[in-house]
Amino acid sequence: MIQLLAFYLFATLVIVSGLSTILARNPVHSVLWLILAFFNAAGLMVLVGAEFIAMLLVIVYVGAVAVLFLFVVMMLDVDFATLRAGFVQNAPLGLLIAVVLVAELLLGTGAVHSGALVLGTADAATAAPQNLSNTAAIGALLYGRYLFLFETAGIILTVAMIGAIVLTHRKRGDVRSQNISQQNARRPQDATVNLKPGVGQGVEL
Amino acid sequence: MITIGHYVFVSSVLFVLGVLGIFLNRKNIIIILMAIELILLSVNINLVAFSAFLHDLVGQIFAMFVLTVAAGEAAIGLAILVIYFRGRGTIAVDDVNRMKG
Repeated sequence: MIQLLAFYLFATLVIVSGLSTILARNPVHSVLWLILAFFNAAGLMVLVGAEFIAMLLVIVYVGAVAVLFLFVVMMLDVDFATLRAGFVQNAPLGLLIAVVLVAELLLGTGAVHSGALVLGTADAATAAPQNLSNTAAIGALLYGRYLFLFETAGIILTVAMIGAIVLTHRKRGDVRSQNISQQNARRPQDATVNLKPGVGQGVEL
Repeated sequence: MITIGHYVFVSSVLFVLGVLGIFLNRKNIIIILMAIELILLSVNINLVAFSAFLHDLVGQIFAMFVLTVAAGEAAIGLAILVIYFRGRGTIAVDDVNRMKG
């Protein structure tokens, strides 16, 4: 009973905050609604026993992606009112496509009841073990059977990081940065001279 | 009793909301990126729900990879957005017809 109540709470909130994300006038509010949607989706995942993915969702989305969005929204000096100009005239096409999508989804989910579709059973190697926690079971699978996929995911993240840095990095002309190779190539005899001037004589440099 | 149907309903609604968001905010690329995140979130909910109800952990593993790609996509997308803004002073993307290297 309490489970069902929690499900309806999370489900209602995730849909409401998703709707507010796309309808909010201020993009900062949009990001905040998006964060609420992520939290409630994590709650939905906890309800079915997928704690690890739920916590990962909170850490990655709320801790990294949403903060990145917030940062960019606040950094860019944009007049958001002009960007909203086509909102009403775009609405009919958007709603039409949404209705078509809903109809397709209803058709697709309704096909389950026609009896032709068999969902199948779990592969024995990947079935959730009863004696392990969710995190331990995912770890065993991720570092065993899906090790190469896991490392590919790491490479994708590295490429994304390097790409983002290369894209946004710019050479600024008004700073005097250190030139390390030039510094290392400089020898003492090029830079300094030893002189023994007599008393009362100036030094010519 | 919560069934798989409940979860499929929630994720379908979220998916449609994401697609609708792309069409409603055609000029504002920040909201478009957020709508894409909503779509990926609905896919993740679906994967995790089916993984839990079928007692098969592969769905949760795959949800993690979707999460990885979503994070990378957001980072690259926002980086492109920042350099676009630097070059043109606006982020209206309905008239992107100039691509110089």
